[in-house]
Amino acid sequence: MRSTTVRVAGALTAAALLAACGAGESRDDDDSGGGSAVGITDDSIKIGAHFPLTGVAAPGYSEIPSGHQAYYDYVNANGGVNGRKIEFVVKDDAYDPTKTSSVTNELVLEDEIFGMVSGLGTPTHSAVVDFLNSEEVPDLFVSSGSLMWGDDPEARPWTFGWQPDYEIEGKIIGQWVKENMPDAKVGLFLQDDDFGEDGEAGVRQYIDDQIVDVQRYTPGNTDVGPQIAALQASKVDLVLGFNVPSYTALSQLVAMKLNFTPKWFYSNVGSDPALVGSLLARFSEGSVKDDASLLDGVLSTEYIPGVDAPDDPWMKLWQQVWDEYGEGGKLTNYRVYGMSEAYTFVQALQAAGDDPTRESVVEALEQVGGDFEGPGMAPFRYSEDSHLGISGMSVVELKGGKADPLTPVLVTDIGDAEITEDDSAAGDVPPDNGIPDEEPAS
Amino acid sequence: MIRRFTRVPLVRHLLLALVGLAAVVVVLESTSPFRNAQLANVAYLGIAAGGLTVLTGLNGQLSLGHGAFMAIGAYTTALLLQDADPALPLVGVLAVATVVALVCGVVVGVPAARLHGPYIAGATLALAIAIPSTALFFDDLGGEQGLNVLVPDLPTWILDAAYFVTGNEMDRTRSIAYIGWVCLIVTYVLLANLQRSRVGRTWRAVRDDDVAAEIAGIHLGRARVLAFVVSAGCAGLAGSVMAMAVRITAPSGFTLNLSLLLLSAVVLGGLGSLAGALIGSALLTFLPQVVTDVGVDAGLTDVQAAQLSPLVYGLVTMAVILLAPAGLVGSLRGLLQRRRLASAGN
Repeated sequence: MRSTTVRVAGALTAAALLAACGAGESRDDDDSGGGSAVGITDDSIKIGAHFPLTGVAAPGYSEIPSGHQAYYDYVNANGGVNGRKIEFVVKDDAYDPTKTSSVTNELVLEDEIFGMVSGLGTPTHSAVVDFLNSEEVPDLFVSSGSLMWGDDPEARPWTFGWQPDYEIEGKIIGQWVKENMPDAKVGLFLQDDDFGEDGEAGVRQYIDDQIVDVQRYTPGNTDVGPQIAALQASKVDLVLGFNVPSYTALSQLVAMKLNFTPKWFYSNVGSDPALVGSLLARFSEGSVKDDASLLDGVLSTEYIPGVDAPDDPWMKLWQQVWDEYGEGGKLTNYRVYGMSEAYTFVQALQAAGDDPTRESVVEALEQVGGDFEGPGMAPFRYSEDSHLGISGMSVVELKGGKADPLTPVLVTDIGDAEITEDDSAAGDVPPDNGIPDEEPAS
Repeated sequence: MIRRFTRVPLVRHLLLALVGLAAVVVVLESTSPFRNAQLANVAYLGIAAGGLTVLTGLNGQLSLGHGAFMAIGAYTTALLLQDADPALPLVGVLAVATVVALVCGVVVGVPAARLHGPYIAGATLALAIAIPSTALFFDDLGGEQGLNVLVPDLPTWILDAAYFVTGNEMDRTRSIAYIGWVCLIVTYVLLANLQRSRVGRTWRAVRDDDVAAEIAGIHLGRARVLAFVVSAGCAGLAGSVMAMAVRITAPSGFTLNLSLLLLSAVVLGGLGSLAGALIGSALLTFLPQVVTDVGVDAGLTDVQAAQLSPLVYGLVTMAVILLAPAGLVGSLRGLLQRRRLASAGN
């Protein structure tokens, strides 16, 4: 009698335990299956990005995705990558991090993209970089030069930068000023975020003692009169600007009004002569003519060939692609930038092999990404220790809307890495069919 | 018997809340993570719009600055959630954010209570513009790039309980949607009771005729400040949920646009109705995405499709104001009432 009770109780306990274990196992199992093949089928791969298509940052930047699209259409028309057509989904975030977060949710959770390619902006992308990494979504070639996209691959293993970061740009600018204008009194005109901060850190490595004044502006506040007047009051004769194009136009306008005529040196981001020219015309309500020559004598940097060099083999390819597959309108430097990024993405996809997964794209970039040949004038720095992009640039002077190189390509890395001359990547030419041909990495 | 029971507002509201909670569980469990994220969006907009509809519809004060109170709640939350292992549990974070916004509501509400109509709109407008920019002056607030928000995992016992009830694994997005909707239900129960209470009646009296109300012994200033503070608290709570849902708190998320968006949610849904505030918030969340998708499917370029959504949104607002001036819920209610009267006449 008693033994029956014990037996029944024992059986019940065992059953309960088993049931509990079963539940426990099924909970833990949910993680397996690894969503690494999300967004990719035998004949398609879906990628996405957030761009400011509307709002204050839309001029210029909204043209970048049309460059991507034209190049993907070109690749798709020629058979795609290993038979897969690239589908590029673009969402508008109006340069508002809150919206970036919600459109990224949409891209990752609803559209189920394979990866994020070229999402634009430092404040906007920093809203989603942790989410993309925790969801293990490849986050390739962020359209921004913040160090955040590659200086710490352990913290953000899925994120890769593309363009030279703002710190090495600052270093190269700083060294050039030290060597060529050692007596100049330098004033800095900075955007008040990572962009200005990283640039300043780079510049200060070389000309800390030459800097007499630092002025910052907040994006959105269009009155830069006080900052420019302060620079004038400090008797600055060289202004280094780490600012976006609309602030190049604003600072030029204010300087004209104040009769302030220093030498100007704008970092690459803010120096597109065509866009700045048209913004100047718009901001001055026509009293300044839309003319790229307004920036004559302005110094800047360059890391990919642009529309001012129509004879460059890369530009010939971009022009051909744009004429055939573009959505209309002129080929601009922003569209060229988009096509150049798209070219690198196709390389990464090829390097990932016949059956790419989210993991294999990242692995391939770490293993062979540093050897990719492309429109960049300097090699990429991709490795297991660094996910930072193009390693250098040359200093140029603008003349009649054209960039005139003043230095060979200068290459360096963050921190106290030396600046060296390296033309190894500058002579790269595109393959005859315009589509890269990378070997699978493994 | 049951009817007599449900005639007590508190009981009726609690019953409604239970039904609502059940509906929330069913909806959140049966939809995709992306819908969950959108629903979290509806929840935080709905909380703030609920507070605003009480202020505007019931007390007659127009605020153009509720986005600023959301910013206060969001920044408080972001500051409390900087470590993976925060000092406070999530409920505590939500409560602190609400209280901080409440206190700021008092500071703004006391002087604002002396103002009427367009002047109070002007004062709150200044607030909406000033608050996001103050974030730029303090380095600890992350400047233009804002602060990242690290939402800790829910306690294991809640996850286990949720798994026991629903049989589904609770992921991050879904748990935040739950937090948002539970906050929304609690807020709406409190607001609905307030509406039906003595306080609500004094608010309505102040709105309809402040001279008469004063003669009846109502302290005008006190009633106005209280209404303002309550709705500021709602906005603070909404900001807190927003910070968790968006995972970042940056000044550009709290521009004047946000305040106007809240106001338009309230107007679209129907001034003074909580259900209307919720419907308006849902419209604001879902409309842009639907319109953009339709635009892309119709062969527009990405830029054109993106520009389509503000256009359609503007047209919808105009249509509602022209065709249903009392808002969606208000007009529907009017329609039902007229029909009831007509059938009673027969």
